[in-house]
Amino acid sequence: MTSTATTIEEYQRGGYKYGFVTDIEMDSLPPGLNEDVIRAISAKKNEPQWMTDWRLEAYQRWLKMDEPDWAFIDYPPIDFNSISYYAAPKSMDDGPKSLDEVDPKLRETYNKLGIPLEEQMMLAGVAVDAVFDSVSVATTFKEKLGEMGIVFCSITEAIQEHPELVKKYLGSVVPQNDNYYAALNSAVFTDGSFVFVPKGVKCPMDLSTYFRINARNTGQFERTLVIAEEGSSVSYLEGCTAPQRDENQLHAAVVELVALDDASIRYSTIQNWYPGDENGVGGIYNFVTKRGKCQGKRSHISWTQVETGSAITWKYPSCILLGDDSMGEFYSVAVTNNRQQADTGTKMIHIGKNTRSTIISKGISAGVSNNSYRGLVQINKGAHNARNYTQCDSMLMGDKCGAHTFPYIDVRNPTAHVEHEATTSKIGEDQMFYCTQRGLSEEDAISLIVNGFCKEVLQELPMEFAVEADKLLGISLEGSVG
Amino acid sequence: MTTMTQNQTMRDNSWLLTELPESVIEHDAARMPKWLADIRRSAFRQFTADGLPSAKQEKWRQINLRPIRETAFGLPADGATDVSEAEVVGHSLPFVDAVRLVFVNGRYAAELSDARAMPSGVTVQTIREALKSESTILETHLTKYVNADDDPFVSLNTALLDDGVVVHIEKNITCDTPIYLLCITTAADGPIITHPRNLIIAEDGAQATIVEDYVGTDGEVYLTNAVTELVVGEDAHLHHYLLERESDAAFNVSTLTAYHKTSSTLSSHTVLLGGALVRNNVNPIIDGEHCHSLLNGLYIGRGKQHIDNLMRVEHRKPNCESRQFYKGILTDESRGVFAGRIIVSRDAQKIDAVQSNQSLLLSEAARANSMPQLEIYADDVKCTHGATIGELDEEALFYLESRGLAEPQAKAMLVHAFAGESLERMNLPVVQEALLQMLTQRLPFTSAANV
Repeated sequence: MTSTATTIEEYQRGGYKYGFVTDIEMDSLPPGLNEDVIRAISAKKNEPQWMTDWRLEAYQRWLKMDEPDWAFIDYPPIDFNSISYYAAPKSMDDGPKSLDEVDPKLRETYNKLGIPLEEQMMLAGVAVDAVFDSVSVATTFKEKLGEMGIVFCSITEAIQEHPELVKKYLGSVVPQNDNYYAALNSAVFTDGSFVFVPKGVKCPMDLSTYFRINARNTGQFERTLVIAEEGSSVSYLEGCTAPQRDENQLHAAVVELVALDDASIRYSTIQNWYPGDENGVGGIYNFVTKRGKCQGKRSHISWTQVETGSAITWKYPSCILLGDDSMGEFYSVAVTNNRQQADTGTKMIHIGKNTRSTIISKGISAGVSNNSYRGLVQINKGAHNARNYTQCDSMLMGDKCGAHTFPYIDVRNPTAHVEHEATTSKIGEDQMFYCTQRGLSEEDAISLIVNGFCKEVLQELPMEFAVEADKLLGISLEGSVG
Repeated sequence: MTTMTQNQTMRDNSWLLTELPESVIEHDAARMPKWLADIRRSAFRQFTADGLPSAKQEKWRQINLRPIRETAFGLPADGATDVSEAEVVGHSLPFVDAVRLVFVNGRYAAELSDARAMPSGVTVQTIREALKSESTILETHLTKYVNADDDPFVSLNTALLDDGVVVHIEKNITCDTPIYLLCITTAADGPIITHPRNLIIAEDGAQATIVEDYVGTDGEVYLTNAVTELVVGEDAHLHHYLLERESDAAFNVSTLTAYHKTSSTLSSHTVLLGGALVRNNVNPIIDGEHCHSLLNGLYIGRGKQHIDNLMRVEHRKPNCESRQFYKGILTDESRGVFAGRIIVSRDAQKIDAVQSNQSLLLSEAARANSMPQLEIYADDVKCTHGATIGELDEEALFYLESRGLAEPQAKAMLVHAFAGESLERMNLPVVQEALLQMLTQRLPFTSAANV
């Protein structure tokens, strides 16, 4: 076991590889939150009056709400008045007309992250709507997608260009007063992505957004809305990395997905926000509300997430299975190390008949971290023949971390079949022995075993992401355990 | 409210639990030793500070305590009871050799009890008797194990504790005679609250079987708020049974805390059948190595019953095993809740813990909640949990029907087989057979078939 201790230490010393800061002049609002700040955000984005009113309404609701405290996480109270709610790179004021005009420093940043923004991007077949702090800086493939009727743009643009769609769907899955952070987001969201896939169209490529938090003291509040009309399908990728900071940064995003009859949405996330150092200093507070509504018959929403970053993760990508025969899936790998805390899982609300859901969750805890799965499976009265299968496995690395499982199952229809299984384990000495005696180094052996542990989730990721996820797991668990 | 006197009828002295007057506990304080009166006072203060739990508290989220909150309860009157010997026999499980202690409305009824001579080394007393004796067992152990945090009902029980059973089994003594506590509540004069309190100490190497049985008459409204503390000494083995067969309009809150010492074994069997609103708390604290803890439960809901189970298995030391098997059968508009938590402390390595909750939903309006939870702080452990909820297996039904069984018979057979697994884990044939009969009366389809 001594080798275990050493490897854990090595892992804990492993620095955050994306911790650099891009030095760009920022156009920020002073810290603080009040109606004027919200009006200012709305004005900066040149929003119509209905949008400003919607934000103010959300703010009023937020004021009446309490911060939730039920999650298995511990953090000092957040002073919402010490955060600046708007930051845009200055150079945006001139507005880049093409990729070449994008601020070279920004592009350099993305290149460090390995984001294929230029030629590589074409080759990779990925359309990128890169969000640098709060304003979308580059959108590609827009025209090509536009020919098919697909809208892929920033939410700011969508509010200007497609107000009828935004009005109809914004807040339809995650209402303003859904929870504390969703209300906050509704009031102050600065940017995010908007996807609309019209009837019968299969989106020919994976749509991708990289988020990046850059400016000091700015919360990132994105709002993403994906709408798939009848018979359409789309795959959306979201990746996040953030530079190293000493202060905790707040990230409260809202993602809404709407799938109509026979539509299919696949949403994949790799979350690698800065997790804080080994003493728990710094790191992102990630309070995210993600929810998909399978509104139509036979619709399908699938969430896949690989969560390795953030000091605190509070995230429950959920599916409301409203349409008959609709299907929801949740595949998750959550890794915590050092003093990271994750409370993540999903909700599957079965409302329609013959609805099915699958939950596969893999939690890996190392260091002195705490990793919790929290999930709800609810079968409503009218949900005849609903099916759910849940499996959540935890793996512990080291004897100072915690792995917890808090499933909630609520069944109100006798024809439902709900199964839940969970296990907690560690990497077996026999597994390690087998691998090492075949000539694998301890590192490779761990990587192999962890990849095997997460395989059911990783194989759900689109190709480009699977490669990155594989790399990330490798980095996150560098030198961990046996 | 002024001090209660014995002459006043109970109905003049009923109160909502949210407005419990201090005079209620001071009334009995005079005939109690100071240490106990102090414990009761402190628990009373705790209870009034906490108040009844609200649905906002995680452990109480699935249960609606409004019926309890809105009922004015009185304390049972002291003195003679109107329960006849015949009624006791009617209620009683047909033990041939058990020590039977009968409590009516929370008070020991000597004339109805059968306290035959116990084997030497076994002492069975009521709390009131024990307080009069030289024994220091109560002072040493009472309230030392049960956790009143988040559970005002435990504080309430302690504040009002007045009678119950103290069982002491000396070192290396095996008590073959089951110790049977029959608690009968009659509330013909209006809702009453009883608060049985039991303390069972098995010294090192001792063995015993305790059966707690709560019964009442259908239609009567009352609250039984029972707390039992078990201490299982080194290498000791305790079998504990809880049978809840209260009135269909009654409320029952039971809390069982078991403190495990090294190499001890607990087999806890819980069968919940009656009551409108039932809460069953089981909390083994495994504070020694090489222990084994079995929590075996069966709950059957019908009508509008709400049955809520909260398990909390605390593994504090390494190399132990725990098993939770809880099964629910829910018909009509009943609702069954299971919340189980396994907590493995930082240094409790090599724990093997299993938690399983299976619910059978037999009607459109029945509802089941399952929350099998793990809280693990040690890395070398094997913890698994599983939950299934659904109706009877269609393939199994088809198989039986293809063999010539009518549908009701086939269903009855499957339901019995489902419940049978829980009964098989028990070690008292008398209880098993009695339960089988009760199940046949209660379970749906069974009038169609005698399985």
